[in-house]
Amino acid sequence: MPDIMPVEAPVLQVDDLTVRFRRRGMDVAAVNGVSFALARGETLTILGESGSGKSVSLKALMGLLPDYAQIEGDVWLDGKPVLELPPAELAKLRGSAVSMIFQEPMAALDPVYTIGEQIAETIVQHEAVSRATAMRRTLDLLDHVKIPSAARRMKNYPHELSGGMRQRAMIALALACSPSVLLADEPTTALDVTVQIQILLLLRQLQEEFGMAIVFVTHDVGAAAEISDRIAVMYAGRFVETATTREIMRSPRHPYTEGLLASTVHGGLRGRVLETIPGAPPNLAHLPQGCAFAPRCRHAREICAHGEVPVTVSPTGAMVRCVRAAPVPAQEVSA
Amino acid sequence: MNMTADPRDRGGPAQPLLLVNDLRKHFPVRGGLLGRQIATVQAVDDVSFSVRKGETLGIVGESGCGKSTTARLLMRLIEPDAGDVVFDGDPVGDRHGLSVNAMRRQMQMVFQDSYSSLNPRMTMAESVAYAPRMHGLPAKEALSRAEDLLAQVGLNPRQYARRYPHELSGGQRQRVNVARALALEPRLVILDEAVSALDKSIEAQVLNLLAELKARFNLTYLFISHDLNVVEYVSDRVLVMYLGRVVETGPVEAIYARPRHPYTRALFASKPTLDPDRRTKEMPLTGDPPNPINPPSGCRFRTRCAFAQAICAELVPPLAAPLDGADDSGAHLVACHLPHAQQVLHA
Repeated sequence: MPDIMPVEAPVLQVDDLTVRFRRRGMDVAAVNGVSFALARGETLTILGESGSGKSVSLKALMGLLPDYAQIEGDVWLDGKPVLELPPAELAKLRGSAVSMIFQEPMAALDPVYTIGEQIAETIVQHEAVSRATAMRRTLDLLDHVKIPSAARRMKNYPHELSGGMRQRAMIALALACSPSVLLADEPTTALDVTVQIQILLLLRQLQEEFGMAIVFVTHDVGAAAEISDRIAVMYAGRFVETATTREIMRSPRHPYTEGLLASTVHGGLRGRVLETIPGAPPNLAHLPQGCAFAPRCRHAREICAHGEVPVTVSPTGAMVRCVRAAPVPAQEVSA
Repeated sequence: MNMTADPRDRGGPAQPLLLVNDLRKHFPVRGGLLGRQIATVQAVDDVSFSVRKGETLGIVGESGCGKSTTARLLMRLIEPDAGDVVFDGDPVGDRHGLSVNAMRRQMQMVFQDSYSSLNPRMTMAESVAYAPRMHGLPAKEALSRAEDLLAQVGLNPRQYARRYPHELSGGQRQRVNVARALALEPRLVILDEAVSALDKSIEAQVLNLLAELKARFNLTYLFISHDLNVVEYVSDRVLVMYLGRVVETGPVEAIYARPRHPYTRALFASKPTLDPDRRTKEMPLTGDPPNPINPPSGCRFRTRCAFAQAICAELVPPLAAPLDGADDSGAHLVACHLPHAQQVLHA
């Protein structure tokens, strides 16, 4: 199912990715057929609420899920089939071709090594260079991520840095070996607004310099609008709509995207009752038949509860997974 | 606002429901082998404001600005070092005023973490009924009040009264916390990041509920949040805090349309635009908010302020009307020494 087709050869291509967690009698369908492709220098944001499967998708790409996760589908990174690689090969890929940044930098940084040591270590691990060269490159990286007085900060331990500085150090670590793809899992969510915008601007600028593709995962419509070229809206483990940032923000086509934007509060809505999406997201252990959003959808019809939801792709590459967007089959149904 | 019908009202509609004067809390930082005090966190430093009857006062600011500490001081979950709190004319904790217990009957709080706010071994009905029982209501009546309240917050008591916290979603648990806060029929509810942990679609539902309940129960809200959009949506007046002090306060329209303090302006400029064609080009501020341990002298924002001059390091700027005299109604106040730093920039 080609959701989106980039013009250039993709650095990352994901085909029909599914992830199920089966354990202790539980069967949770976290990701249910996600496909996308990403060109160099491009940013795709996966926008979704908690439990939509956005973080699980990212972790599957990095091979970071626990053993009991059943992963299916194809992931091609720089032409290599990620899901079929032996663990040693995969480890080599992580940090060099693809790397990841997280919401909580303390989870990615080792508390017992200085910032400089960890970044240099990564460079030495992946590239056969001397320690002195690695240290020089580390200093250069810290300058790039705009850590003030980088030479001094290199000798700091993670706990000695402020939240924003740690986030920058983690980004420097992730970019140490110039990956083709950077996976960003809610990297600005825990930050204050004045720091969040700094990190978003930094990522945009680093992308211009390094040319990597970014998959940015967030629940924040504002952050998505600031950073992405395209947005994929995720619900119950599926992309329900994918389009350029402008198309999503100006003319959303899926009822869930519409609802998500309408329920994003801003001052212009003062004194008015907020439009809400009724109910709550479905339990991934018991997904409804047909469209998973139908139980909360104000446009839902009988057809929505049965069978596969039609996928419509526009000439510009925008995708929407909804009966309403597919005019022909919809008429057949009402006839 | 319909305040006449409330028999609990004492001073009439003109008397503020809550008056806070020079509230202060400094936490000692201990260290070294002997555990001596080595520094002080000036969490809340001489904060004064009032909350009018029936309004929603929003408090915004970044982490470490003291907004949550302020809420905890008002509830007396922590003891203030100094300052007075007056509830509808009665000084709180004063021999001649309102005891802390009596204050807590009129003032309740909802926290951000919906799960840790609830006792995991109590059913929803028991949690909501707990405070009325502790305040002397017979168990049966308390339980029936709890079921009524669950219905008021949109949870069918037949379905939810006997459930435990882990069986509910975050949004449902927060509804229970709201019900519990209302169980003693308070007049003021402090909402401390009460919707911040919720998904957007659920946040909108809870905000609608809060608006409904406010009208139905004649409530006054103190709404604390880091989310500038939500604060603009819910508040009548806004208080902007930075590193333990109030830097600006005024009616929501004035604060959002004509922010005067350089920090307030930078804060609003940091807000993502929601428009891919008008993306933020330059960062309004560099660096993180400084540590509230040993904050800068004088104006605490001066270390990040583009306008800062010598006077800013010497004197603490008082909260006063904007210096250009454009707004002398006394409603809009700003703590800044410099007239040119208070200029309104029209984008």
